[in-house]
Amino acid sequence: MAFAHGISEKRFESLIGALLRGGVILAAVVVLAGGSLYLAKFGDVRPDYRIFRGEPGDLRFVRAITADAAGRHARGLIQFGLLILIATPVARVAFSVIAYLSERDWLYTAITLLVLGILLYSLTSA
Amino acid sequence: MFGLLEFTLVIAAGSFLAGLLGSLTGLGGGVIIVPLLTLVFHVDIRYAIGASLVSVIATSSGAAAAYLKEGFSNIRVGMFLEVATTMGALCGASLATRIPTAAIAIVFGLVLLYSAWTSIKAEAEVPIHERTDPIAQRLRLDGTYPADGKLVAYHVHRVPLGFGLMYAAGTLSGLLGIGSGAVKVLAMDRAMSIPFKVSTTTSNFMIGVTAAASAGIYLHRGYIDPGLAMPVMLGVLVGALLGARILPGAKVGTLRTVFGVAIAAVAFEMIFKGLRGHI
Repeated sequence: MAFAHGISEKRFESLIGALLRGGVILAAVVVLAGGSLYLAKFGDVRPDYRIFRGEPGDLRFVRAITADAAGRHARGLIQFGLLILIATPVARVAFSVIAYLSERDWLYTAITLLVLGILLYSLTSA
Repeated sequence: MFGLLEFTLVIAAGSFLAGLLGSLTGLGGGVIIVPLLTLVFHVDIRYAIGASLVSVIATSSGAAAAYLKEGFSNIRVGMFLEVATTMGALCGASLATRIPTAAIAIVFGLVLLYSAWTSIKAEAEVPIHERTDPIAQRLRLDGTYPADGKLVAYHVHRVPLGFGLMYAAGTLSGLLGIGSGAVKVLAMDRAMSIPFKVSTTTSNFMIGVTAAASAGIYLHRGYIDPGLAMPVMLGVLVGALLGARILPGAKVGTLRTVFGVAIAAVAFEMIFKGLRGHI
């Protein structure tokens, strides 16, 4: 059985649970803050979602979104909250890699590393 | 027409209901929010899919924390099958940017029909296998789950078939911006003989990672609009968490049937609109 030494399976599960819950709460708070700013700022300008135009570049890439959010742009702040949300499951997988590695469970270290690689590829490839 | 604040509040209220119903019926919020946004609010299906996908990550991660505590989820099965679902999600998300929106609407309608069917029909418990499976043994996938105060052991079977179905589930998730819980449960429950409750909670555990794999591509393609995703994500999240809280004491049999029929009607609407190219 794995988890014979180091952290127990139960503890592993509760750590993952706490990580997921924390990420979602943080993301929701940031999205809510950005959302309030957005509603206060744009008042009656309702965007038309019937025609797809695609988002501008500053709302599509990690670095640009972070810069926007740091400048406290309303839409950038919401997008940053959504980035935290997207990063939450990625952080969960990264944490699993470390946990399996500390268990010397090479098979599952490799499996979780593969998943982490696919996730990072999706987030960084444009 | 009303202004931004009213529009945002109406979308948030609709998303709340979608999250609540999705969690009570087991259909998930995504299959409800996309038709709601496209058919009722006339939102372009690409924006709808982007917003839905983000809400799927929120509900999956929020609920997984609670499920992990109960001890039903099989983390190793989840981690192993995530290889298939994330690769499928990459494939689905890049397909979504290449095929016409009318085709996406038609595929969406077909998946809705299947989801409605699984919601209406009675669940038959798959008997637990006594035999062990060499591939499952090699991957140490067998597990236990709590029932009547003791742990029941189960063996996992037909790993390659399950893995293939999971790839398909990931592709649908990436293509349509939904969790595709129904297909994930099919792969684990029917194909791999994993007990139903373990299948549903493990499926939920995997949905967030699967959706995150396609979310990156959607973000880069400009499908995720903050003004729309904000009320959708917050509404669905609150609705789904409330649903999960009242679910244990709720009688959902009739709700599931009524709602399954309603979803089937929406499915036909999506398919017809897609066939006429009106989406």
